[in-house]
Amino acid sequence: MTEQVIEKIESMEKKREKEKHGKETIRSSVVLKIYRANKRAGEQPHYDSVEVPVQRWTTVLDALLHAKQYKDPSIGIRYSCRMASCGSCGMKINGIPRLACYTKVSELEGSTVTVEPLANFPHIRDLVTDFAQFFSHHHDVKPFVQNENADIKDKNKLSEFMQSPEDLDKFLQFSYCIKCGLCYSACPTVATDTKFPGPQALSQAYRYFIDNRDNATKDRINIVDDKHGIWRCHFAGSCSSVCPKGVDPALGIQLLRGHMLGFSKNEKKIADLQDRLRKDEEAKQ
Amino acid sequence: MEADRSNREGLMGWLNPGRYGWERVSYWLQRLTGVGLLAYFIGHVFETSSLTQGPDAWAAMLELTQTPLGHTILLLVIGMSTYHSANGIRLIFAHGGKGLGKPGRPDYPYDAVSLNYRQKSGIWIALILAAVAMLYGASVLFGGE
Repeated sequence: MTEQVIEKIESMEKKREKEKHGKETIRSSVVLKIYRANKRAGEQPHYDSVEVPVQRWTTVLDALLHAKQYKDPSIGIRYSCRMASCGSCGMKINGIPRLACYTKVSELEGSTVTVEPLANFPHIRDLVTDFAQFFSHHHDVKPFVQNENADIKDKNKLSEFMQSPEDLDKFLQFSYCIKCGLCYSACPTVATDTKFPGPQALSQAYRYFIDNRDNATKDRINIVDDKHGIWRCHFAGSCSSVCPKGVDPALGIQLLRGHMLGFSKNEKKIADLQDRLRKDEEAKQ
Repeated sequence: MEADRSNREGLMGWLNPGRYGWERVSYWLQRLTGVGLLAYFIGHVFETSSLTQGPDAWAAMLELTQTPLGHTILLLVIGMSTYHSANGIRLIFAHGGKGLGKPGRPDYPYDAVSLNYRQKSGIWIALILAAVAMLYGASVLFGGE
């Protein structure tokens, strides 16, 4: 049984690799069209074109770092891990928000790669944007487990938070968010409403809402139930299409809204009611 | 370092909806048809209010719609209302978390479960229904005597 599953997965992967390589174009060099601006220093927005050598495995970040190292050291860029884990190198590549370290030049069409700062983030310099507001929205949804029954001060009373694998699967994918801001940049509502928390923050609200260790359900709903809150999402799906980690923020937002609208069963509420009934019956006896 | 605040896409972000896939095109069309239907609703209220000024004013107003331009506008209204209703039904369910799939353990290449074939089929059905309604409307409006 296990071998059959492994075989199936391998054949699917081979098929996908074949499809992917079919789309790749092998070039020896590309022209990077880099957005340059430093309004603080009086430098007006313009594009600099730099030709860089590339291999099949060259990422846009590799190409940018080559340009920075050998052609123009003044290019402003933020990056860190180079392996799609830190979420620092988000930028618009050929008009779509992507991670520069996760985008191979060979996957892109044309011999010119246009790199611009992420839209909807305040611009600092060249490809660098300010994430303060984005992190503030994330902070506002209280992204941590809240449980008033857990006495973390008294070590003797400490007990485990029991959680089954099924309970874990309900929120695990949303906890893979690396806060790269690509979803925030792609969202059409964020583009017109600065107070809208954005897909990242709202999906994190769902991540903790559905976590069975958390019991701040009412508080979490009150935070997102605002005229600039969850109701302003119109399911354009752009956040999920650009997410590099499969978090699928649009899914989290719609599921949270489903709970708020009563489309979905609120398992926590049911468990709470069952607990109260059980306690009432015990008290009667 | 002080950041430049003028980096929001604003309504310009609506342009080129194709870069994010069919769901973004559907979002764009839903908004566009919504605005179009609102404009039609205002025009329609204005048109029917001419009844209060007597039968002659009403007949004169009706004549305005019996022109090729009037028929083309009505045809657009048929298409807009059909698409907006059909896609709106899909969105009501999607906004309630229905038809989107379940959260799981994401694996490479991290395709989003919410952007699934059910949603794409819903968008296509809305587009096809709008096209069929417009074809029927055109046959009635332009195919008569």
